[in-house]
Amino acid sequence: MSGFLAGLLVAILPLLAAGFWLGRRTARPQSLGGLGTPVEHATFQTLHTASLAAPPLRSGLTEETARKSARGLRSLLGTDALCLADEKDVLVWDGVGAHHRAEIAQRLAGPLETGRGEAFPLHCGSPDCPVRWAVVAPLTVDDRVHGALVACAPRESAVLVRAAGEVARWVSVQLELADLDDSRTRLIEAEIKALRAQISPHFIFNSLAVIASFVRTDPERARELLLEFADFTRYSFRRHGDFTTLADELHAIDQYLALVRARFGDRLAVTLQIAPEVLPVALPFLCLQPLVENAVKHGLEGKADKCHIRITAQDAGAEALVVIEDDGAGMDPELLRRILAGGGSPSGGIGLSNVDDRLRQVYGDDHGLVLETAPGAGMKITARLPKYQPGVHSGARLTPE
Amino acid sequence: MNSGYAVPAVALVVVATVLVGAFGLRVSRTTSDFYVASRTVGPRLNAAAISGEYLSAASFLGIAGLVLVQGPDMLWYPVGYTAGYLVLLLFVAAPLRRSGAYTLPDFAEARLASRPVRRLAGAFVVGVGWLYLLPQLQGAGLTLTVLTGAPDSLGGVIVAVVVTATVAAGGMRSITFVQAFQYWLKLTALLVPALFLVVAWQGDGAPRHAFAEPAAFREQRAVHVDDTVDLTLEAPLTVTVTGTVDGRRHDATALRLPAGTHRIERGTRLTFARGSAVPAADRSADGTMSASLAAGRAERPLYATYGLILATFLGTMGLPHVVVRFYTSPHGVAARRTTVAVLALIGCFYLLPPLYGALGRLYAPELALTGDADAAVLLLPDRMIGGPGGDLLGALVAGGAFAAFLSTASGLTMAVAGVLTQDVLPSRGVRHFRLGTGLAMAVPLAAAVVVGGLPVADAVGLAFAVSASSFCPLLVLGIWWRRLTPPGAAAGMLVGGGSAFLAVTATMAGLPATGSLHALLAWPALWSVPLGFLTMVLVSLATASRVPPGTAAILARFHLPESLGATEVKA
Repeated sequence: MSGFLAGLLVAILPLLAAGFWLGRRTARPQSLGGLGTPVEHATFQTLHTASLAAPPLRSGLTEETARKSARGLRSLLGTDALCLADEKDVLVWDGVGAHHRAEIAQRLAGPLETGRGEAFPLHCGSPDCPVRWAVVAPLTVDDRVHGALVACAPRESAVLVRAAGEVARWVSVQLELADLDDSRTRLIEAEIKALRAQISPHFIFNSLAVIASFVRTDPERARELLLEFADFTRYSFRRHGDFTTLADELHAIDQYLALVRARFGDRLAVTLQIAPEVLPVALPFLCLQPLVENAVKHGLEGKADKCHIRITAQDAGAEALVVIEDDGAGMDPELLRRILAGGGSPSGGIGLSNVDDRLRQVYGDDHGLVLETAPGAGMKITARLPKYQPGVHSGARLTPE
Repeated sequence: MNSGYAVPAVALVVVATVLVGAFGLRVSRTTSDFYVASRTVGPRLNAAAISGEYLSAASFLGIAGLVLVQGPDMLWYPVGYTAGYLVLLLFVAAPLRRSGAYTLPDFAEARLASRPVRRLAGAFVVGVGWLYLLPQLQGAGLTLTVLTGAPDSLGGVIVAVVVTATVAAGGMRSITFVQAFQYWLKLTALLVPALFLVVAWQGDGAPRHAFAEPAAFREQRAVHVDDTVDLTLEAPLTVTVTGTVDGRRHDATALRLPAGTHRIERGTRLTFARGSAVPAADRSADGTMSASLAAGRAERPLYATYGLILATFLGTMGLPHVVVRFYTSPHGVAARRTTVAVLALIGCFYLLPPLYGALGRLYAPELALTGDADAAVLLLPDRMIGGPGGDLLGALVAGGAFAAFLSTASGLTMAVAGVLTQDVLPSRGVRHFRLGTGLAMAVPLAAAVVVGGLPVADAVGLAFAVSASSFCPLLVLGIWWRRLTPPGAAAGMLVGGGSAFLAVTATMAGLPATGSLHALLAWPALWSVPLGFLTMVLVSLATASRVPPGTAAILARFHLPESLGATEVKA
């Protein structure tokens, strides 16, 4: 019997879990229902209906969002039929009298042109048609007509005209917000484009100077370094795709370090510990090289002896953990905080805050850089890169072996 | 059996696994050479890792046990476990890798851009993972009981604790090397004793009646019955009994049992004469779980066989711990090459368990009676060779068995804990991952203690059935059908996978012990897989307007080689 009971328990568990999940998803704070006077109650109801209709509209006016929001808008207006249209066509018809769709579509041209509301009678062959009048209220974003809201009713009503106007204005505000969202996304994209591939001009000058110094003494070495330099700049200036793989990024870091080593010789030692499992992880292009550059700069700053840099990439379940450590001069945490907050710094902290910004934009705010440092204690930079993030894929194939 | 060798062997495997997991990366990959550091995992290494993670208690112990009890029909198990990779290779491997998804929920999200479908897939990953972990823990318990006489659940607890500790502490980081090592360990642990056993069998005059029905005792053999069983005799049988048979006490008396069913109480010792047939035991009588799916199999052999074939062929692609390994391949072509290598490695390995099963039928037929048939692999070296040599080989096999439990259990725990942390528990972070790990292991451990006795290969078969009915439709239609919609995928997984899951839990709870309903519930794949596909297709067609906008571009990325994808225009 105990076995049967156990089996029953095992079977009930997922059901319970599913029920819990469903309950959490559908639960709505209903406690407001009993609050306040009937008028206040009606206000709550209206605000609630409005808030339900808002989210779809926040992603712009398309057939799908119009369909999702139309019912809420109709109950907000209390009409028998409501339709939403964009500049070209009627997107959705909610309620009765859908046979007027074509007629409405024809009559919309005027209001869309002028941007002024209009009310007109509908012509219908059938004597018991439920809708006789239509009120058109334009939806304007930044003084440009984006579409129209049409409310239909059995008879002419000034209240309906007024209400339709108000609702249209409310919808317009939502659409404006959608527009704002859209431009924010574009801004982020532009920012990513602007932020990427900022290899420092100093690095280019220094590299070329170092190569020049080898041209006479060791032409072969100079040639190798030039090739490394060419490869690195090709990677840095590439145009396609915003993402790369950890393997490719490491390859670029290698080329970068070869050039730096040519300048500093034995003063720079690098240790790597890379779990092969995380090499295919996709990550924003050139987001580790600045960290290494930073480590090199801080490691060699104000020190005559050797600097040691350690790069680790570990497999941590669904994430890759990349750590870059140096044993250099370190930094005052307060100063670092100011730099990351956008205060700017003389020693080119741009690299760090740039990488931090990009990681946050791509992976969300809980995936920014983690820095541990103190004056004289070196610096440890940790980045957590999810193995999978919607929209992040390297596109390019790993370098073949 | 002498535990003087076996216990150190098991301890050695456990310690080696933990140490290689914790320090392997540090030792093998610390370098200042970028070329060495950024070498990706080659197809062969990755294939060994996949095989190491995949070959579980069911493969190591279970198949031999089933072959021992039920004969050559059970060879469909190794065939199915292997052929699953063929289906994976043909339909899924490369596109799955190109999708960039790490886990199955990732794939659902990448393909359908829908959070709810992602969560649903996550729920099924947890379900399949738990169903699969359960037999691993039971197998570990059985192994330790056979080796040392420890209580049934101790081995499971040990494996659970070791795996939870290493996974939660962030160990197993160089998991590819550990798992590849485990594959070769498992292969050695079966291959070397097998060679000796075959030599011993030759020396014994190479008897060939392994599959002659019924199995018979080749020499006088005393059998200790640990749990009350009902014996069904086809013909009268003479045994010497010390204990209780049919409610009457006997003390070393020779007893002639007539044909029919006899109840043997626990603690009874039966001594069979040389040449007597091994009676069939029906363990459902003692009130525990249905001991085997044998009843359904005996009644509907054709249905059961096809159910098994469908489940194993299509279920492999939905095993959460196998799927994540493909992420390690650098690109789609490498994923395909890896799968081919997996087929070879696993094919090699699966030649061995049936050999143990056949030899077990010759040399340890009483295991069918005591219900410990899964222990055949462990007992054979001692039984056939004996002496210190037999003990050493037995210790090797025991170590291999523990490697099997540890590797599969750690892979599954990682997968389940990952899903729990990411999609179920409220926020992210290391602490939550530890919590997720504990939860991932606690449920199957509790179940392993409470739910007894399903043969491990059968229990794993049930996990395959759920995976085949939920993830196979999602993956195959997701990769090959552009009209799949999020509601369709969700409905298909719920109906196909959900019904298979209910059937499986009903079977494990021992609901209908006989009849065609039992066969339907014990081998659900044959109806639940088509049901899942059908629901997914029909609901998708009904919700045609919900096809995710970027489908064409996503499918292009799944199917085009990466070298083309790099220059591909933005679709």
